[in-house]
Amino acid sequence: MKNKIKRKDFYKSEYYMNRELSWVQFNERVLSEAKDESNPLFERMKFLSITASNLDEFFMVRVASLKDMVGAGYAKNDIAGLSATEQLELVTVAVHSFLNKQYAVYNKHLVPLLLENGLDIVSDLSTLSEKELEYIDRYFNDFVYPVLTPMAIDSSRPFPLIRNKTLNIGAIVTKREGDDTVDIATVQVPDVIGRLLELPGNGEGTRKVVFLEQIIKRNMHRLFLNYNIVCSYVFRIERNADLSIDEDEAEDLLKEIEKQLKRRQWGQTIRLEVEHGMDKKLLKKLTKELNVDDSEIYDIDGPLDLTFLMKAYKLEGFDHLKEHGYNPPAPVTEFSPDENIFDTIRQGDILMHHPYQSFDPVVRFVETAASDPKVLAIKQTLYRVSGNSPIIAALAKAADNGKQVSVLVELKARFDEENNIVWARMLERAGCHVIYGLVGLKTHCKITLVVRKEDDGIRRYVHMATGNYNDSTAKMYTDVGMFTCDDSIGEDATAVFNMLSGYSEPLIWNRLTLAPLWLKDRLLYLIGRERDHALNGEPARIIAKMNSICHQDIIAALYEASCAGVHIDLIVRGICCLRVGIPGVSENITVRSIVGNYLEHSRIFYFENGGNEEFYCSSADWMPRNLERRVEIMFPVQEKELQKKLWHILDTQLKDTEKAHVLNSKDIYVKQKKKTESERVNSQRQFSIEAGIAIKESALENTRVFIPEMKGPQD
Amino acid sequence: MSETFAAIDVGSYELALKIFEISPKKGVKELDHVRHNIDLGTETYRSGRISNVHVEELGHVLEDFVNIMKSYDVTHYQAYGTSAMRETGNIDIVLEQLQQKTGLHIDVISNSEQRFLDYKSIALKNDEFSKIIEKSTAILDIGGGSIQISLFDNDKLVSTQNLKLGVLRLYSMMEQLGASRQKYSLLIKELVNTQLSVFSKMYLKDKKIENIIILDDYVAPIIQKGLLGNKVKGYVKADDIPVFLNNMSMATRAQLTKKLNLSEDTIPLVYVSGLLVECIVDMLGAQMLWAPGVTLCDGIAYEYAEKKKIIKLPHDFEQDIIACAQNISKRYMGSKSRSETLQTIAMNLFDATKMVHGLSKRDRLLLQIATILHDCGKYISMVYLGDCSYNIIMTTEIIGLSHREREIVANVVKFNHKDFEYYKGSPELYAKLTHDDYIKIVKLTALLRVTNGLDRTHKQKFKNVRFLLKDNKLIITIDSMDDVTLENGLFQNRAAFFEEVFGVKPVIRQKREL
Repeated sequence: MKNKIKRKDFYKSEYYMNRELSWVQFNERVLSEAKDESNPLFERMKFLSITASNLDEFFMVRVASLKDMVGAGYAKNDIAGLSATEQLELVTVAVHSFLNKQYAVYNKHLVPLLLENGLDIVSDLSTLSEKELEYIDRYFNDFVYPVLTPMAIDSSRPFPLIRNKTLNIGAIVTKREGDDTVDIATVQVPDVIGRLLELPGNGEGTRKVVFLEQIIKRNMHRLFLNYNIVCSYVFRIERNADLSIDEDEAEDLLKEIEKQLKRRQWGQTIRLEVEHGMDKKLLKKLTKELNVDDSEIYDIDGPLDLTFLMKAYKLEGFDHLKEHGYNPPAPVTEFSPDENIFDTIRQGDILMHHPYQSFDPVVRFVETAASDPKVLAIKQTLYRVSGNSPIIAALAKAADNGKQVSVLVELKARFDEENNIVWARMLERAGCHVIYGLVGLKTHCKITLVVRKEDDGIRRYVHMATGNYNDSTAKMYTDVGMFTCDDSIGEDATAVFNMLSGYSEPLIWNRLTLAPLWLKDRLLYLIGRERDHALNGEPARIIAKMNSICHQDIIAALYEASCAGVHIDLIVRGICCLRVGIPGVSENITVRSIVGNYLEHSRIFYFENGGNEEFYCSSADWMPRNLERRVEIMFPVQEKELQKKLWHILDTQLKDTEKAHVLNSKDIYVKQKKKTESERVNSQRQFSIEAGIAIKESALENTRVFIPEMKGPQD
Repeated sequence: MSETFAAIDVGSYELALKIFEISPKKGVKELDHVRHNIDLGTETYRSGRISNVHVEELGHVLEDFVNIMKSYDVTHYQAYGTSAMRETGNIDIVLEQLQQKTGLHIDVISNSEQRFLDYKSIALKNDEFSKIIEKSTAILDIGGGSIQISLFDNDKLVSTQNLKLGVLRLYSMMEQLGASRQKYSLLIKELVNTQLSVFSKMYLKDKKIENIIILDDYVAPIIQKGLLGNKVKGYVKADDIPVFLNNMSMATRAQLTKKLNLSEDTIPLVYVSGLLVECIVDMLGAQMLWAPGVTLCDGIAYEYAEKKKIIKLPHDFEQDIIACAQNISKRYMGSKSRSETLQTIAMNLFDATKMVHGLSKRDRLLLQIATILHDCGKYISMVYLGDCSYNIIMTTEIIGLSHREREIVANVVKFNHKDFEYYKGSPELYAKLTHDDYIKIVKLTALLRVTNGLDRTHKQKFKNVRFLLKDNKLIITIDSMDDVTLENGLFQNRAAFFEEVFGVKPVIRQKREL
C-alpha cells in the first residue's frame, strides 16, 4: 500500500455534520416541495403540513433531549465537536429561521394561490358578512360552547395545566364590578371539534373556511361573563416527551409506559408559540408561568400549528388540485388469487416494492396462515400497527384456530404506545403469546415466520421487510419486502424469535445479521472488504440507501474506503452526518436525498465485492440507535432476478433529477433540475408507471380472451 | 412420513431443547435449537439442592418448551437431566413438581449414559467420524463438573475415564484462590497434570494419540466458527492452541468479546477450557482436534431414531462396550483365550435357552460383559473374588452401559462366586434397582454359573459345547477327550441354581471324539 491510511484520521470532528442541523436541512427539503410549483397545490399544502408535524416531533424529542443534556451538565461533544449548549444555540437559530421560511411559504405562496383556486382560508373574521358571522356564532353556541372550560386566573386560582401540543387562547381580563385589577384567563381550543369550519355557500365561487380558535376568540366575552375581555391571543406549547424509562427498575414494562404517557402531558415546556402581536403583559405572564426563556418563544405570523393543512387537504371538491400521477399499488404478479400463497413462495423467493406494489400479499400471507390446516405456528414482530389492522385480526383468528402464535409488540415505538398497548392486550386475550418488547432494546426488525407441516416434513416460510406491518403506511412509505422458504433463512428466523423470547443466541447464523450484536461489525466488514478490493485494483463500489446515517464508525469506514478508491453513492432521505467532497477524505462519496410523493423508507445496500455482487435489505439505518440499541435484521437477497430488481431501484434513484437533492461540498443540498423533459427522471413516478405496466403485461400473458386492435394501421 | 421429535437436556448450566425431524429418507434433521442459561450446577455441587427460585424458573422455561414443541407438532420427546440433577438430593420431589406443572417427564441419567449419548451424537457425523478414528483417537468430553477422556483402539472405543476436572469446577477453584488471569495457566496446569499423569500411566503407556474429538461448550464452538486460528471450520492443529491461549492472555475481555463473538462472562471459561485442552493435548501428544459441534440433544435424537428403527447404525456401539470390557479384563490380568471360550459357551447357552429365560438382545450383551469380567477381582484377592469383582466393575466406567446395567453386571459376577442373596433377605442390595433388574440378575446369574461351571479348571477342556432343551432338561453335550470328572462334580453344585431359576435341570453328556 502506497498511502497507508490510519483509521483514526477519519474521526476528526470537522469531517462531520451535526445531526440536528442536518435534520433541519431535511425539513427544509420537505419545505422546498411545498414551494415547488411543479407540485399540485394541495400536495404543496400537505408537504407544508408535514414540515410542521416533523418539527413538533423534533422539538419533543431532539430539542428536549438537548435541553436535558444541558440541564444534566453532559460534557461530551457530538460527532461534529459541538457541546450540547452550542448545539442548542445553533438549533434554536436554525429553527427560528426555518419557521420564518415556513410561514413565508404559507402566507406568500399558498394562501394567495388557494384563494385563486377557490379556497379562502379566512384569517380575519371582520372580512365576513353579517350572515356569515351569525352562522359562526350559532355554531359556537350549539357545538363549541358546551365543551369549553374557561379558566380565570387570579390570586386564589392557580395557573391551569396547559396540555402538550394543544391550542389555547390566553386573554387579559378585568372584573366588571370592582377595581381595575388585571387578570389572566385561558381556554383550551377543544381538539374534539374540527379545527376548520367551512361556511355555507351557494355551491359556486370561492369556498370559505374559518379557524375554530377565531370563532372562540370572537365569543370570548360569553365565556367570562363577569369580566371584560381586554385582548385575547392564541398560544401553543410543547413539552419534553422523550421516554426515558429506567427498565432495570420497571417491574412491568407495560404499566411503566402507561404511567409515562400520563406524565408526558406534564413534561417541561420547551417551546411556546404565540400569535403575532401578543400583548406584552400576557406574554410575560405566560412566560413566567410556563417557565420558558426568550429563545424558546416563537412569534408566529399566521395560524399556529400548520398541521391543520392535512385536514384542509381532505376537503372535498378539490380533487383537481391533488396528485394523480401515481398509480394505485399494483397487484404483485407472482401471486395468483387461485394459487395457495405457500405454493407460490415455494417456487422461488418473491421481492415486493411497496407502495408501487400492493401490501396485500403480506396480509394474505398471515390470513392464509391463520386458517391453513397445515400451519402449526405463526411468529411476528409488530412495531407500528394501523388501527383496525387486518394482520392483528388474522393473528387473533390463528390463535383461535389452535395455532401457536407468538407476537412481539414493541411498546417503545415512539408516540404509538397507546395504540400498541390496546392491540397487545387484545391479542393476549385471543390466546396469542405476546412479548412486550425487550428490556433495554427496541425491537425494530420486521419479520414473520410461518411453520407449516407439509407432506415431506416441516417447512418454514419467512417474510422480512424494511417497513412495518402497517397496511396504511404501506401505501405511503417506499419499502422492500421479501418472501422466502429458504431453509437456511428459516433456521435463522427461528433463531431470531428464540432470541426475542429470551433464549440464547444460536451457535451460528446462516444468512441473517442482527443488531445490536453483529450488524455493525458486519457492515464495517463489508465496507472494509470493498476498501481491500479497491486497494487490490479490483472493482469496488458501494451504493446504500437508507433514511439516516450518523454512526461515526461507519462514516469513518466509508471515508477510509473512499480514500482507497471505492466509489460510494449514498441515498439518504433524512439525517446525514457525513460530509462530501472533503479533499483526502470523501472525494469519492456522493450523497443524495429523495423527498417525493412517497416517504422514502427502504434500506438497500449494494456491495460490488470485486464483481461478486452482494445485495442486502434491512430494517436498520446506519445510526447508533439502530446498530447499538435496537434489534434489527439485515437479510441478503440472493436470487439473481431479485437482485436485478434491487439494482433497478438504486440505479433509478441515482438518476433522479426531479425529487433528488444532491449534497455539495458546502454542505448544501441542491436539486439537479434538467431543462428538457427527456433528461428528467422522477424515480418514484417511474416505479409507479413500471408497476402498472407489469400488471398489464402479466394480464396479457395470462389472459384467454383475445384483445382486438381497435385502430387501423396508420398511413 | 417424517415425525418430529424433541430432545431436552437439563444441564448444569443450560437448559436446551432441540426439535428434530426424523425420517428414513432425510435421517435426523435439526429444526430448532433453543437454549436458556440457568446455573443449577454451582448450587447443587455446593448444597445438593435446587432452590425454589430455580425450580420455578425451570418450570417456566419447560412450559415454554412444551409450547415450542406444540408449534412443531412434536409426537415424541425425551428429556434428560444430567450432572446437576444427579447431585440433587431431593431430585424426585423436584421432578414430580416439574411434571405436574409442565407434563414433561424428565429422566436423570448417569454420567456414563450421558457420555455415551454424547459419543453417539458424534457418530451422527458418520463420514467425518469414521475418517477420524482411522487413526488413534481420543474423545475429550468437557463438562461443568468433570471431564471424560475416552480412547479408541483401532476403530473401537476401549477405555474411558472420568476426571473431576470440569470447567466450572476449575474456574471456581481459581476464583477461590483469587488468582489473576496471568496465574491461571500455571495453576491449572499444575492441578490438571497431576491427575493426567496417573491417567497416562494407567491407559497410555507409550501409546500416542493423534486425533482428539472435542465436545465442550467453550472451545469447541470457537473451533467450529474458525476463530481459533484454524482455516478449516471444525478442525484445528494442536500447535494453534498455545498460540491462541497466548493471544488470549494478552487481550482484554472487551477485545475478546468482540473477536470471539461471545458474551463477556464466558471469556474466562473459554480460557480455562482452553488451558485444560492444552494440557490434555500435551499428554496425549495429539496433532489434530476436531469439534463436531454436536450436543447431548443430538445423541438423544439419535438414540430415539435408532430405537424406533428409523435409522440404521453407522457405527456398532455394542462392539465398543465389549471392547471396553475386554480392556478392563486385560488390565486385571484376565486371560484372553479363556475369556473367548467362555463367551462362546455363554452365548450359545443364552441362545439355546431363550424359550425358558425370555431375555432380550440387550441382556445377552450384559451376559457377555459379565462373562468377560467374571473373575476380574482375582487381581486383588483370590478369596474375596466375588466382592472384589463387584467393586471393580462398579467403580470402572463402561461407556454405553447405564448405571443400572452396570450394577446388574456387577451383581451377576458377584453371585457367580458367592451364594445368591435373595431380595427378601437383603433388599438393601437392590435398593437402586427395579424388580425387573432383580429378575435379570437372577436369570443372568443362573446362566453365568452354568457357563462358568463348564470350565472350572480353566483349562478350556470343553472344546465344543452344545445345548439342547428337552423335557425339562438342558442337555449339555461336550466334545472332550480329557477327564472331566472334576468339572462334572463341581458342575452339579452350580447347576442347582439354574434349575431353581428356570425349572430346568442341566445335564452333562460327554461325547468323546474318536
